[in-house]
Amino acid sequence: MSGELETEAQPATDSARKAQGRWLPQGRRGPMPWIITVMTFLTLLSGAAGLGLAHALVQMRGELAGGYTVQLVEANPQRRTAQVTKIADLLRREDAVRTVAVVPEQDLLKQLEPWIGKDARPEDVPVPALIDVAFAPGASEVAVARVERAVRAVAPGARIDAHQRYLAPVERLMRTLMWLAAGLVSMMILVTGAVVTVAARGAHEAHRSTIDVMHLLGATDLQIARLFQRRIALDALFGSLVGTVGATLLIWIVAGNIAELDSGLGGATAFPWRLAVLLLAIPLMSVLVAATSARVTVKRALERSL
Amino acid sequence: MNSIIQFENIGLRYGTDAEVLSDISLSLAAGAFYFLTGASGAGKSSLLKLLYLAQRPTRGVLRLFGEDVVMMPRSRLPGFRRRIGVVFQDFRLVPHLSAFDNVAMPLRIAGMDEREVTGPVEEMLAWVGLGNRFGALPASLSGGEQQRVAIARAVIARPDILVADEPTGNVDADMAKRLLSLFEALNRLGTTIVIATHDLPLIAQVPGAQMMRLDRGRLADPTGSLRFPPRSNRAAEGRPLGQPE
Repeated sequence: MSGELETEAQPATDSARKAQGRWLPQGRRGPMPWIITVMTFLTLLSGAAGLGLAHALVQMRGELAGGYTVQLVEANPQRRTAQVTKIADLLRREDAVRTVAVVPEQDLLKQLEPWIGKDARPEDVPVPALIDVAFAPGASEVAVARVERAVRAVAPGARIDAHQRYLAPVERLMRTLMWLAAGLVSMMILVTGAVVTVAARGAHEAHRSTIDVMHLLGATDLQIARLFQRRIALDALFGSLVGTVGATLLIWIVAGNIAELDSGLGGATAFPWRLAVLLLAIPLMSVLVAATSARVTVKRALERSL
Repeated sequence: MNSIIQFENIGLRYGTDAEVLSDISLSLAAGAFYFLTGASGAGKSSLLKLLYLAQRPTRGVLRLFGEDVVMMPRSRLPGFRRRIGVVFQDFRLVPHLSAFDNVAMPLRIAGMDEREVTGPVEEMLAWVGLGNRFGALPASLSGGEQQRVAIARAVIARPDILVADEPTGNVDADMAKRLLSLFEALNRLGTTIVIATHDLPLIAQVPGAQMMRLDRGRLADPTGSLRFPPRSNRAAEGRPLGQPE
């Protein structure tokens, strides 16, 4: 025996590590891997939902940004037509405006058909005129306000509505759901840590006699904690892999169903695969949290002994 | 005298109970052979626990290898424990490990390469007469065989101090003699041996050994002056344990 009193042993070789792996009984591992499978599966689904919503939000903002509708309420059809022409010309001359589209009167009547009937004529029913305006990307609020003032100078009763305002409640809901998904992911990862902590404490108690012998033969806390860390990391790796495969399959099926919907908002939730790579961080995080929790828990338990 | 273990007014109590060891002062020389005797409940096992650092005293000064271990941070204790071999009274073999893996534990804990582990462990198991039981689990071994595995594990790393609690309690007289010859061989190589026993005929077989006697938690012969004549049984040396004479 060497006369050295250093507490840390030499780093173990692969074969020594394999032999050390046997210091804890092999055999049945209990429900740990399957708990982590379920946790990873649910966390990935929450994460995918959050990412889908975040992607839809970005897309929706992009599509609605700079979109406005000018509404002209004028009972006199001639005056209304004159206002439309003048405002449309004015808007087309503006540098900040990208496109101007006057909504044809026939289209408006068609939309109102269920309420006013098929035979209604524009001169019988005064229908407001609508002009869709798209501002150039990056148009400043000052430019938008200037255009609004110019429109009101031509038609003081004109209403100018930003498209974003219509969908603000939907956006709020989507943002809430997105944060809810993010919260669920965080909670699931915390719960994984808590489950591992309980399991590691149980395992430490179950192997107390072996640990005592190891201590008395000169094993350091770190050597013993590593045994539990390695075992729980392997359990977590197995559980994470199975959970990831299951969640990926389900996400793939749901993504296919959404793609078939042909709905604007539904389609927007289908995030690109490069974003899906972010989801891989979840199982990796689960393994990391599990291994770290096991190591910290066992080290703390060992520190209570001599 | 080159002292390897020093106790100064050591006291030990478990919880709030009365002291199980009181005012123990002793100094053990490096390379010497000691027997610790006393009736059941005298405190032999408690004193051994202090020696192999399973307990720290509740009072007094305990020096091992010249360093005070009472106030020592626990992170330094493993280094000291690796220099002490222990034969527990109840063997404390790891039940799910084979005889080979049990004996290899101290070497693996010390971080030795597997290539350096296999040879010495096989040799040691053969020497204690278990050369054909490498893969046997403790449950499949007899009491005497388990004890020999425990002894092999205690001495495999060539400790500076060997502490044994009733190491011959489960073996027949012949095996006890052979185990003692193993301890003597280790002692000749410089290992300090401390054996707790109440088997007086066994003590008489070891030449030059010193005896400490505990009586109700106190050292009855603190000078360690009780010595035995050298009556070593050299005939058993060099022969694997467990083999007939």
